[in-house]
Amino acid sequence: MQFFQSVLLRLSTTFVTLLGVAVIVFFVIRVVPGNPIAMMLPPGATESDVTRLTALYGLDKSIPEQFLIWISGVIQGDFGTSITTKQPVLQLVLNRLPATLELSVMALIIAIILGGLMALTGTRLRGTKTEAAIDVTNGMALSVPDFLWGLILILTFGVLLPIFHISGRVTPSLQLPFTTNFYLTEAVLRLRFDLWLDIAAHMFMPALALAIPLAAIIGQLLKQSLKETMHLDYVTLARTKGYSETHVILHEALPNAILPTLTLVGVQFTFLIGGTVIIERLFSYEGLGNMAIDAVINRDLPLIQGIVILFAVIFTGFNLLVDLTYAALNPRLRHA
Amino acid sequence: MSDIYPAKLYQIDNLRLSLADMTQKPLIGAAPRLEILKGLSFDIPKGEILGIVGGSGSGKSTLGRALVRLLEPSSGTIKFDGQDITHLPETVLRPLRRRFQMIFQDPMSSLNPRHRVGQIIAAPLKLHGISNPKQCALEALDHVGLPRKFAARYPHELSGGQRQRIGIARAIALKPEFILADEIVSGLDVSSQAQVLNLLETLVKDLGLTLAFISHDLSVIRRLCTRILVLHQGQIVENAATAELFANPQAAYTRELLDSIPLPDPNQIWT
Ligand SMILES: Nc1ncnc2c1ncn2[C@@H]1O[C@H](COP(=O)(O)OP(=O)(O)OP(=O)(O)O)[C@@H](O)[C@H]1O
Ligand SMILES: [Mg+2]
Repeated sequence: MQFFQSVLLRLSTTFVTLLGVAVIVFFVIRVVPGNPIAMMLPPGATESDVTRLTALYGLDKSIPEQFLIWISGVIQGDFGTSITTKQPVLQLVLNRLPATLELSVMALIIAIILGGLMALTGTRLRGTKTEAAIDVTNGMALSVPDFLWGLILILTFGVLLPIFHISGRVTPSLQLPFTTNFYLTEAVLRLRFDLWLDIAAHMFMPALALAIPLAAIIGQLLKQSLKETMHLDYVTLARTKGYSETHVILHEALPNAILPTLTLVGVQFTFLIGGTVIIERLFSYEGLGNMAIDAVINRDLPLIQGIVILFAVIFTGFNLLVDLTYAALNPRLRHA
Repeated sequence: MSDIYPAKLYQIDNLRLSLADMTQKPLIGAAPRLEILKGLSFDIPKGEILGIVGGSGSGKSTLGRALVRLLEPSSGTIKFDGQDITHLPETVLRPLRRRFQMIFQDPMSSLNPRHRVGQIIAAPLKLHGISNPKQCALEALDHVGLPRKFAARYPHELSGGQRQRIGIARAIALKPEFILADEIVSGLDVSSQAQVLNLLETLVKDLGLTLAFISHDLSVIRRLCTRILVLHQGQIVENAATAELFANPQAAYTRELLDSIPLPDPNQIWT
């Protein structure tokens, strides 16, 4: 019952957060310089052309009035029409969303595998040279941001050692039988592993660039919590019962050490999605982030608003999910 | 014959143990070694309740951890039931570990918060191939005087005294020959203390256990133990039967300890 109440509370705060984001983005992009109408018109357009187009997009009304029109549309699921492509914003955004989601999830999986392996190996081999080497690698991975990793990967694997694709989402000449834009997922479902391989090979480099800093954070925090847990009496006791060191780490220490890391992954995953904006640009990957940059360059106000709202929905939704998982995994919270 | 020379479960000979002193570690290079146990020799006969006393930092816990081979001695020998276990590698020790168990001071931190009591007791039994672990776990609960329904509870749903009983149940469920109890009643109030001590006494008799009981509280030791080992700065200063030690303490340090017992002998007030 209490659990249910706290879920309701979280949902309502989530709604308020989203409304706040909508207000801020709407007003900010109207205050910064740049006129979308001026960018659409050919040179030599007359004053009356400008007035006509401005009225057509409702940009002649006062900003609060524009906001009310927009937000009442949003509530009904109408995010307006893109100024540059003349297509509904919702459709444009939803078409690109799968690409970004697949990229982010792949990056997250890579980060968890790399970070988890570093933490577990470091704990198992504590006090050895391997542990020291892992710590140094971790520190290096942490001190370089994702977009620099992107450039490093492009230089090494795109230019010097061209074994991975560094541009696009899929080889353009391939015939895609897909009905959704979740290419990677659909390739598996349709058992088209040839396509899957091509798509994954395109995603691997940008996903790795996004994953490396997160892997380092996961590795560091998880190793730290493991270290603290390994000193606890019940872990020592498990050893006196005759369990192997690996069993002790995996079954006694890990489940109790993982909660702080899980929370952190939740927070960091939203940063990772934020990171897709630049990484998608670097790797010419056709996702939301890449579209966001185009939208800003073109001052496509409705499109920018739509993308920001969608990002906000993903962020808050994901945080909600993490909180719920956290509560479900912790017996002390579950019974409280 | 066995009356004169009771079988010895533990034989400890010139046991030394040093640890790296991390507080003195130079920036580069190895930390200096700190000798914690400085050549201990004693035996633990089967069926004995051995009290280990000494001031804080005297090395009681370190000795205990060496006995159950959580620590590896630097030199000397530890023989368990005739077998030299001083430097046995972990893989060889593992099957032996069932035979010497340990109970910790803090009952909360020694129970994995994520597991139910029944699972905590039964899991090691499975590891050692003991048949019917669930049934054995319930019987262990009977032994320590807890209702069987506690098997379904999580550690945080128990009181301190109950948790300590779970710690004992978990140790005896493996049917060990030896149990090391490190300050296991220090965190409990006087009445739970008495209950746990009574329980230990009964279990030792009923199950034919040998027990080493570490405490800094001489009154607890006096009540429970048949023999007492007094440690001071990593050395044995006295090793005597309980009655003998209290009647006629030999070492100056033992007398100091006896004088510091909080409740003095009431007769002394009038002399
Ligand atoms: N991991 C360690 N590294 C270095 N020194 C240690 C370590 N563990 C214990 N010591 C030192 O060894 C000495 C003996 O410690 P031990 O824990 O055996 O004492 P104790 O008799 O159990 O004391 P207490 O009654 O306070 O529990 C202490 O001086 C302590 O500082
Ligand atoms: Mg101690």
